[in-house]
Amino acid sequence: MSATGTAAAPPDRILAAGPPGPVISGSRRERTSSWPLADRLGYWLCWVAGVGICLIALGIMVFMFVKGLSYLKLKLFVENPAPEALQAKSGGFLDPIIGTLIVAALGTAIAAPLGVAVATWLTEYRRPSWLARAVESAIEVIAGTPSVVLALFGLLIFSQGFLAFLSQRAANGNVYGRSFFAAGAVMAVLALPLIVASTREALLALPGRLREASYALGRTRATTIRRVLLPSVRPGIATGTVLGMGRIIGDTAIIKILLGVALLNEGVGHIPILSVLRGTGATLTTFVFENSPAGEGNAPQKAYAAAFVLMVMVLLLNALVTWLTTRSGGQRERRTRTWLAARMSGTRG
Amino acid sequence: MDRDPLTAQPGGARRRRRRWATARTDQRAERTLGALALAVLVLIAAMVVTVFVKAWPSFSHNGLSWFGPGGDVDEQLRAMQRSTPLAGHSIYYFRAWPLIWGTLLTTGVAVLIALLASTLAAIFLTEFAPPALRRGLDPVIRLLAGIPSVIYGLIGILAIAPWINEHLISTARKESVAYVVQLNGANLTTATLILTVMILPIMIAISADALESVPRAWHEGSIALGVNRWRTIWRVSLRTARPAITAAAVLATARALGEAVMLFMVAGSRGFAANPLDGLTFLFEPVRPLAATIFEESDGLTNPAIAHTIYAIGAVLLVSAALLSLAGWASKQQLKRFGIGI
Amino acid sequence: MDPLMPPPVRRIAVDREPTVAPPRPAANGATPGPASATTRSRSTRLAPGLVRERMRVEGLWLAYGENWVVRDVSLSVRQGEVLAMIGASGSGKTTLLRSLNRLTEVTAGAARSGTITIDAQDIHELEVNELRRRVTMVFQQPNPFPMSIFDNVAYALAERPGRGRRRRRTPELERAVGEALHRAGLYDEVGGDLDRSALRLSGGQQQRLCIARALAAEPEVLLLDEPCSALDPISTATIEDLIVDLRESVAIVIVTHNLQQAFRVADHVAFMHLGELVEYGSSEQVFDRPAKQRTRDYISGAFG
Repeated sequence: MSATGTAAAPPDRILAAGPPGPVISGSRRERTSSWPLADRLGYWLCWVAGVGICLIALGIMVFMFVKGLSYLKLKLFVENPAPEALQAKSGGFLDPIIGTLIVAALGTAIAAPLGVAVATWLTEYRRPSWLARAVESAIEVIAGTPSVVLALFGLLIFSQGFLAFLSQRAANGNVYGRSFFAAGAVMAVLALPLIVASTREALLALPGRLREASYALGRTRATTIRRVLLPSVRPGIATGTVLGMGRIIGDTAIIKILLGVALLNEGVGHIPILSVLRGTGATLTTFVFENSPAGEGNAPQKAYAAAFVLMVMVLLLNALVTWLTTRSGGQRERRTRTWLAARMSGTRG
Repeated sequence: MDRDPLTAQPGGARRRRRRWATARTDQRAERTLGALALAVLVLIAAMVVTVFVKAWPSFSHNGLSWFGPGGDVDEQLRAMQRSTPLAGHSIYYFRAWPLIWGTLLTTGVAVLIALLASTLAAIFLTEFAPPALRRGLDPVIRLLAGIPSVIYGLIGILAIAPWINEHLISTARKESVAYVVQLNGANLTTATLILTVMILPIMIAISADALESVPRAWHEGSIALGVNRWRTIWRVSLRTARPAITAAAVLATARALGEAVMLFMVAGSRGFAANPLDGLTFLFEPVRPLAATIFEESDGLTNPAIAHTIYAIGAVLLVSAALLSLAGWASKQQLKRFGIGI
Repeated sequence: MDPLMPPPVRRIAVDREPTVAPPRPAANGATPGPASATTRSRSTRLAPGLVRERMRVEGLWLAYGENWVVRDVSLSVRQGEVLAMIGASGSGKTTLLRSLNRLTEVTAGAARSGTITIDAQDIHELEVNELRRRVTMVFQQPNPFPMSIFDNVAYALAERPGRGRRRRRTPELERAVGEALHRAGLYDEVGGDLDRSALRLSGGQQQRLCIARALAAEPEVLLLDEPCSALDPISTATIEDLIVDLRESVAIVIVTHNLQQAFRVADHVAFMHLGELVEYGSSEQVFDRPAKQRTRDYISGAFG
């Protein structure tokens, strides 16, 4: 090695020469053959479990795709279920698709604002603290309650006389209690915990500097929330909403109890949109259920096709969630910070 | 130019001075939001109270033996429907043990198997699997976790149940119990199997996330001490991930308890108490867990006796869910002692 | 800066006596005084008869991906002396350290050439976990496991875990743990309650716990990767005393970017720059009479 260089030593040129002898490359994963027997057993069990999961996952996906695609025809999307015995030969599932969309839209429309409000109150205000703890417990209770129980309660509420305008009255004067309104409302309760949790997480992940900077500029808490915090957590809110939507479109019990198992959407009354919402109908989930051997109809082909459509919906929603979570957070936070920094330094971006 | 969130005034040039919240509007905002949160609380409290109130007649007429065995659940329900009480009993007579037993069997076994399988699979994913496999499996597992239960039920009733019926239940076996119950593909085994598969994905996802977030320093420190990879995971990573795995188990149990549709479709439609003493036949006997019963009887709620009974079952489910939450919280507290948080 | 200036370290002629129990701060936190930390000088060497070679590196080349990070390094690790590896960031000293217990294999894309032997056995022929039990490592950031102190120290000892949180405490295990804690100089401070969570200890104590944990398996070589860089001066002093005491029973290799620390503890010094072993010799020779200009530059603070 030559002793060159001056007092201040810049890095040398990297010598390009390599080693004279053999080069052993690649990282070696530890060979398990030397492990004691118990450890090796654990290792093999892990492999079995892992491969098993792959096989199960593959099996389900392939099965549903094959069966679904084989029975899927374009006309299914545009025709309604035909009210006749030969379900296997005729009709489609247009109304059920519409039903699913209505319930999902109604449910998230109610749950999203409510969920964001509750989440905001829980993170930003939290006074009195007993109320905050109670509300948190209530959200946990919803999250843990089976949807059948929620449906029962919903039925009870919507069967009350003063809510008759949200559904219809049966011949003997009793409030029917089943309608899109009812189903949508209970679905909102179902989706609420997801939206609250997601929004809370996003709000809690915001750096305290954001709030401090806003208060330092003289803004009140309400303004801070409205102008700074909520826009920053939009991805979190969106994620929670999409997760809630996924949960809603997948539920059958609530639909069966609060919407009935008809195959067609039947409106009530004459006001255009209100009549649909007051009426009963079908969603993809009840359609699948009804056409399976467990239900009235006996058209497994339709059931497979509808199930396939349902799965594709879930897939799309999942992809949406992934997209939201990967592009969120870092980007938005950086932008808000840049704004605040620019503002405080007096420059405009 | 990006809009500065603090000073942007919508409406552009029009200077609307009243956009800033004063202290008064701040208070109003707090009250409004608080009122909404309170409304949610009141709603849930009302739900819990209502369920228990409507469940009370069923409990009061049966006492603690509501939970016990005694006769055929289906007969009791039919009696209520026809409004003709069974001999010597009130119309509310109900013995839910077959349903409870069915729930315990399906949920318990499913969660136990899923716990073991998901932990092993999570270890596989984070430690032993080739990276490409891990990346490919992640979205697949999340998709599986989101598949609606009716689709699992569909696969069960159209594919799994017939296969089990044909290949695992011999005709001789069927005939041997034909005088008591019909054996077919909708039975305990099918139900437990599909329930396990249903709760696996979410448990794997949570466990894998937890294992990944174990600090690398601990992992490396253990490896550098000459402890092999398996033992490192077993003694350090799993221990650290235990709160998350417990939380996953609690979540999965709650899901399994509340599962109504899928179990209705594949567990068999008889409220039958599967008897382990029957030997292998036990595996193929039909069961009907609690939530599935609610689902089945939801048409007959105009009948007061049935309504009260169904609400009673709902109350039992609510209490179980609450106990589960409590158990999950308690186990988290235990582990905080060693600096393992979640 | 004049390259001929001696290293900027205060030299006191008094040699420090190696003691069995290093001086510790009193229980109420009173320290022996800041003066003692800086007035320590180079430690005395052990008698030559107590020094023997444990590991030997010959013509070692290490690469991550395309770059050769360590180039043609040959040195010797001896029990009875402390080998300090000094150099600027990126000089490859940490990589070289990690290769001594095959930790470099964990990284994808690692390649090597040359030989490393322990007691004349190629380390790549040995089973890797057995090697790592003989050559243990302590890291820069203390990383005690989230268990009790006892469980931490007993970790590497191959014992079956008992039921429940307490490991089944056989007498042998307790003896081994106690001994390791003594050697690490930690027993007096924590011996009263070994079931406390290890995470509750202070930084210096945690690092000594990690050293105790490494010592519990009775290794032949102890590798230390900048063990004091995250610690305060008092803890650093304690650990440096510890290192000097341990060298008689364990061969010690310490990587440090702190020249003064190397001056205080090292018997042999290896100076690395950009992957090459620029200078390798006894600490007197490297610090007082460096042969290479680059060494002189580094020691005088011209770069680094």
